Amino acid sequence: MSGTLIAEQLLNGLQFGLMLFLIAAGLTLVFGILDILNVAHGSLYMAGAYVAAQTMQVTGSFVAAVLMAAVITGLVGLVLELVLVRKLVVRDHLAQVLGTFAVILIANDVVKMIWGPAPVMMNMPASLAGPVSLSPDFLYPAYRLLIIAVGLAVALGLYLFVTRTRAGVLVRAGASNRQMATLMGVRVPLLFMGVFVLGAVLAALAGALLGPITAIQAGMGEQILILVLVCIVIGGIGSMRGAFVGALLVGFVDTAGRAFLPTLLKLFFSPAVASSVGPTLAAISIYILMAVVLVFRPAGLFPARG
Amino acid sequence: MTTHSNSPSDYRDGTNVAAVVSPGTAPVPKSHTDGLVHTAASTAPRWITVWLPLGCLLLLALFPLIAPLFDLGFYVSFVRRVLIYALAASSLNFILGYGGMVALGHAAFFGAGAYVVAMLSAQGQSQALVVWPVAMLVAGALALLIGAISLRTRGVYFIMITLAFAQMVFYLFISLRQYGGEDGINLSAPSTLPNLNLSNDTQFYYLVLGIVAASLWLMHCMVNSRFGRALQGIRENETRMQALGYPVLQIKLVAFVFAGALAGLAGALLANHNLFVSPSLMHWTASANLIIMVIVGGIGLRFGGVVGAAVMLLLEEFLRLYTEYWHLPMGVLLLVIVLFAPRGVAGVFLRRST
Repeated sequence: MSGTLIAEQLLNGLQFGLMLFLIAAGLTLVFGILDILNVAHGSLYMAGAYVAAQTMQVTGSFVAAVLMAAVITGLVGLVLELVLVRKLVVRDHLAQVLGTFAVILIANDVVKMIWGPAPVMMNMPASLAGPVSLSPDFLYPAYRLLIIAVGLAVALGLYLFVTRTRAGVLVRAGASNRQMATLMGVRVPLLFMGVFVLGAVLAALAGALLGPITAIQAGMGEQILILVLVCIVIGGIGSMRGAFVGALLVGFVDTAGRAFLPTLLKLFFSPAVASSVGPTLAAISIYILMAVVLVFRPAGLFPARG
Repeated sequence: MTTHSNSPSDYRDGTNVAAVVSPGTAPVPKSHTDGLVHTAASTAPRWITVWLPLGCLLLLALFPLIAPLFDLGFYVSFVRRVLIYALAASSLNFILGYGGMVALGHAAFFGAGAYVVAMLSAQGQSQALVVWPVAMLVAGALALLIGAISLRTRGVYFIMITLAFAQMVFYLFISLRQYGGEDGINLSAPSTLPNLNLSNDTQFYYLVLGIVAASLWLMHCMVNSRFGRALQGIRENETRMQALGYPVLQIKLVAFVFAGALAGLAGALLANHNLFVSPSLMHWTASANLIIMVIVGGIGLRFGGVVGAAVMLLLEEFLRLYTEYWHLPMGVLLLVIVLFAPRGVAGVFLRRST
């Protein structure tokens, strides 16, 4: 197992983890502030990917595709907040799960009606399609480096927003004690709307960025939603820092598990056992990680509420 | 319950638990199913609680005899599927409606039961008297494992953790390449039973009807037993039941395992019905569909799971006649129910009649 292979897998893990963080940040904010479990968050990610692919096809500009995805999905999020989420805030978690699950059913059929049931392809920006040489014998795809760069930038931006701006203070206040924040005069409906739209935009950003390297299809949101839920459960629901740590952990463990577990097991077991147990263990490694974290820290690594 | 003894053996019938759970004596914390659970089923008139179900059972028993006369023979198999899903949904209703546990991973137990049948059949064991109990045992053991970890958590964490564990089981079965992996696996033949031929549609129908009716009756007895009363007490106010000395975690875990085993039985029946199993049976959206059935039928109502399964599967069958995009109207309907009829179809019906 060479050093470049490990470095490559580490970068892949970082890239995957950062994208998970973009989605997890929105979900954990919405949960922390609105106290809503929004299972339709994955559908916003899907919407972002579809809009980006469509824009890319029409205009050929990747920047336009990302911006368009953010704007359109932000608007979808706004409508969703005004029409449904607002009514679900006062309801129990079961009603919230069902109400937002209904959105999944509707969203999947709507994208199938517009774009058809077959997966949609999104072109990579031509300038980033090739590899970059990071060291003399280590090539890495330029596009994945861009994803890492954007992911890190957004994470930094979110950190500054939450810790250094007035709106960020309100967000933190709302997350740590919603009732107290209300009593202190925070305009809660506006805050709710802003947070939900921000979450939608972040999810769309992840969808647009991952678009060229995944299959864009109905149901893609539900797949990633579960991974994202694992991230925020590990990190502590409602905590931004927890979402970041959880997403990176899941990104690394999942990538490393798939890349190295079968090889590692061969050191200890017969090849037959390793090749059958390896992929299984890799596929469920993040759930084992979650179970272990929960056994020792039932409220996650960084509980948002004391 | 005037002595406030800490011993659970202190209570002998449901009345003192009613005192425990009666509203207004102390601030009740927000439960996770509040407003949805209908607790006054006993106030419904007798014709609804006794004669209507018996009438339905009679109709179902006569259905295979009548159906061919009206050229509805095809629907015997359909009704059998509804019955199997009714059992799965009812087992979920037991923990969701009576235990207040919003478990979003019930399809894992359902699918595990189905897979046991398929896997044992691939190994040459298809004797139903062996295979079906094993399916229940495996599903129950899985529920014990998942429940023991996830019941330590509360509220939305519980929802997410049951969901995540179910996904873990889902991926576990996807990675079993020798049993078809993602594509699933066919059964060469249904399970065998002495004196019964499950390849015969009608015989299998009556067997399913008998098993589902017996299971529903068993759940009914459980709900009205001391155990069931304690479970409902926990749903209403867990802290108070804990303070009264009930082993809250154990009671919840037993209910969880019981429901898991019944879901496994339903899965075993479904494997025989479809003669095919695939991991999609336990995808988390399948768990959500089971919850939807319970909500549509009426959460915490004795026949909530049955009504829900019937309504949802009929609707699906009906919508499919007209459009391939049948999820969309289903989603709209679900939204309407969540927003305007939180007690489900049966709940609306009961409210009108009382």
